[in-house]
Amino acid sequence: MTVGTHMPYDEALARFEPVLGLETHVELGTASKMFCGCKTTFGAPPNTQVCPTCLAFPGSLPTANAVAIESTIRIGLALNCSIAEWCRFARKNYFYPDMPKNYQISQYDEPLCFDGYLDVEVDGRTVRVEIERVHLEEDTGKSTHVGGATGRIQGADYSIVDYNRAGIPLVEIVTKPIEGTESLAPEVAKAYATELREIMRTLGVSDVRMEEGSMRCDVNVSLMPRGSSEWGTRTETKNVNSLRSIERSVRSEIERQAAILADGGRIIQETRHFHEDTGVTTPGRSKEEAQDYRYFPEPDLVPIAPDPAWVATLKDALPELPSVRRKRLQAEWGVSDLDMQAMHNADAFDLVEATVAAGAPAADARKWWMGELARRANESAVALATLPITPAQIARVTELVASGALNDKLAREVLEGVLAGEGSPDEVVERRGLKIVNDEGELSAIVDQVIAGNADAAEKVRSGKIAAAGALVGGVMKASRGKADAARARELILEKLGVSE
Amino acid sequence: MSLIHKTAAELGALIAGGEVTAVEVAEAHLDRMAEVEPKINAFLHVDRETTVEQARAVDARLGAGERLGPLAGVPIAHKDIFATADMPTTAASKILEGWRPPYDATVTSRLRAAGLVILGKTNLDEFAMGSSTENSAYGPTRNPWDLSRIPGGSSGGSSAAVAAYEAPLSTGTDTGGSIRQPASVTGIVGMKPTYGGSSRYGLIAFASSLDTPGPFARNVLDAALLHEAFSGHDPMDSTSIDAPVPSVVEAARQADISGMRIGVVKEFGGDGYQPGVLARFHEAVELLESLGAKVVEVSCPSFSTALPAYYLIAPSECSSNLARFDAMRYGLRVGDDGTRSAEEVMALTRAAGFGPEVKRRIMLGTYALSSGYYDAYYGQAQKVRTVISREFEAAYHQVDVLVSPTTPTTAFPIGERADDPMAMYLADLCTIPSNLSGNAAISVPCGLADEDGLPVGLQIMAPVLGDDRCYRVGAAVEQALESRWGGSLLSKAPAL
Repeated sequence: MTVGTHMPYDEALARFEPVLGLETHVELGTASKMFCGCKTTFGAPPNTQVCPTCLAFPGSLPTANAVAIESTIRIGLALNCSIAEWCRFARKNYFYPDMPKNYQISQYDEPLCFDGYLDVEVDGRTVRVEIERVHLEEDTGKSTHVGGATGRIQGADYSIVDYNRAGIPLVEIVTKPIEGTESLAPEVAKAYATELREIMRTLGVSDVRMEEGSMRCDVNVSLMPRGSSEWGTRTETKNVNSLRSIERSVRSEIERQAAILADGGRIIQETRHFHEDTGVTTPGRSKEEAQDYRYFPEPDLVPIAPDPAWVATLKDALPELPSVRRKRLQAEWGVSDLDMQAMHNADAFDLVEATVAAGAPAADARKWWMGELARRANESAVALATLPITPAQIARVTELVASGALNDKLAREVLEGVLAGEGSPDEVVERRGLKIVNDEGELSAIVDQVIAGNADAAEKVRSGKIAAAGALVGGVMKASRGKADAARARELILEKLGVSE
Repeated sequence: MSLIHKTAAELGALIAGGEVTAVEVAEAHLDRMAEVEPKINAFLHVDRETTVEQARAVDARLGAGERLGPLAGVPIAHKDIFATADMPTTAASKILEGWRPPYDATVTSRLRAAGLVILGKTNLDEFAMGSSTENSAYGPTRNPWDLSRIPGGSSGGSSAAVAAYEAPLSTGTDTGGSIRQPASVTGIVGMKPTYGGSSRYGLIAFASSLDTPGPFARNVLDAALLHEAFSGHDPMDSTSIDAPVPSVVEAARQADISGMRIGVVKEFGGDGYQPGVLARFHEAVELLESLGAKVVEVSCPSFSTALPAYYLIAPSECSSNLARFDAMRYGLRVGDDGTRSAEEVMALTRAAGFGPEVKRRIMLGTYALSSGYYDAYYGQAQKVRTVISREFEAAYHQVDVLVSPTTPTTAFPIGERADDPMAMYLADLCTIPSNLSGNAAISVPCGLADEDGLPVGLQIMAPVLGDDRCYRVGAAVEQALESRWGGSLLSKAPAL
């Protein structure tokens, strides 16, 4: 693997302007495949979810999955696209062992959805990413190349193919060229993919697990010299499989192309692969020896003609989209952009919103999820939502604090108990005996006892060194095992010692 | 009369009435096959035991009081392009030699459900590409009228089997004339239903937008009974029409054409047509008039462009449909000795497994679809297809059916056109327009040509889902001609 020189990012940006383009494949989470009745369960033993149609046995025929068509239209609507009133599937012809028919049923010049956009927020700035098309196609099988150094087909001893994935519905979302992002290009690419992923989740059409390949991004990058308006030759980095890698691959490609162009070289139009370990891309297949896919309308399937009235009902029934929801939540909760970003990054919106819905003040809900619980999740490297505690339980804890039954320290203990499986907050309070001491008589007795046992400190306070009261408060807290109300204890101590602040 | 000379309707009635068993009927036909197959070569696969077993099962179902259709127990020869789970399915290609599908085609399962007994799988031009059955990888089938001549194609095994009394019924597929032309040159009835009227599921695809399963029989009523048995909507085929099957059996029984408007296609005739074919055709038109039909001449100028359009569309689809034969999952595999790449094995297998005509069409289609040529070839051909469909529609505003000779000549000698693809393609000149528009069309015998004493067919074309009109007119012609001849045309064929 040869890694060419890279120009430092800032210098590259000073000399060139990047243009981006993203093609994203999303596997739909339908129960059955796109053109047959086979199941789509991820991770099933190889070649157990196959039938004559998805294995392309002679005489087999495809029939289109209506749910997949509906999901694609909903995606298109969420991306502000126009929906075709009549369109067809098309065959994309090329030979490859993991593609059973040796053509892929896809869409060509008649996509189901077209001309949309998606706004993404980067660095406080809104960037409108225009969507060229959203179309529906089928996935291929999965080849594993055994032997050889690279895991690629070249040099392998033999290859094995799992056709379970063949025929799983795949939606391809293609942007128009994205200009004017300047040094934010890598972040824009990442933000776009992030937003897209959230929309898919909100629509409930895919589990969008990039690590399992149910969402994959092809990232196109080209550079044009400052002052030029003519786009440069682009490269396409294929199947980038994490949000972070999308960002890194754009940055790396900008640096690599800039070094070549600055040196008087020429960019080859080709597909490239991103390497997580080295952070750079290396060449794949060159597109200059272009494949001719010989597209033509798929004669085995009738055209899709979605009734506009039905499309309108799908549009009306779309759930609240992520960006709209974020704006609403921010207004409702009255939090800063920075806090919103933190909650976004921690995937905490659902949890905070549910906790608020269960009766907690927004500030408290956010404080617990983004503080104590985020720390816990971080420590055990799990997602916040997987912690064994519910929004309703957090709401109950905030209620106990608000009523004065718990202070923050006790509340943390309660959470610890709930996370440890000791039961509901009330059960933990009961079992651990965590109720705050708010019986004035009991507290007074403890204060007297502490003053008696710390004569030196008491004397210092009497003589005006009020700061020494801290030690006495500490004594009260210790004697009450943390259950005393520290502020009230301090008041009582000062009162009993005849001083005031 | 021996069992093999009876009609399918008669055999069905005898079996239903308990006068003969399905096993007896099957055995009579298996015996006939054993006797004449060495001369005809209509079948690629025969398995006496499997067939007798099927017949025995039908007898048992009938004996148990199960109500099956009018063809229960009647034997049938099945074109070897339909998947059959209990018999090999090869499409007459080396690339599928010995392949046994794990499933039945919809047509196959409907035959079984109706109690038909499958005698075996019949020969065809490889992947249904041809008009003579000479393109079979397993040797040509011979015409029972003259063993030195072709039985038509691609469904030549099916037409020859019925014409040779090896089976009362058979199935075929018609992409450009592959049922009607073989029926015509062997003196029997062959029907191409409306596209989408019969399911393509389990039919090995040649050209998806054209392929249509249909029946062969020795008379119009038998063809209608078979048509009804396997047609109708199939959710497994997206292009299958979700509408009731036209009442073809009733139409075949009615056989009354008084008051019908019949159009003679002006463009089908003249140069390139055998005089004896035209003579019989013109007599048939006169006959229609004498039976009370109103005959007019209809001009369909675009029909002259149908053949070139077809030879772009069908090869384009076939180049894609046949891409799946890649040695990976089934069928022939050549050169897999551990030293070659998958791509090399694919190429070697396809080079060894496909015959010359199949290769020719794959190359034609690949070229026609390729970037820079698509608009000029495939795109243009699709436009021609639309124009032809519109011309048919316009014609059907004027008339109820259109008629023409089925094919320009009678059966030609084996080998005569084998090295001249263009001459071979002309055999489908009159049949192709109906495939491009998707409408229904039938071929019924209308006499023997004076020059060679070989059968001539009359083609009757009807609008989409007007299949019943084909049977109504076909039955009327059959009735009138058979009374004139004193029997069926086939009864004039020389003994085998």
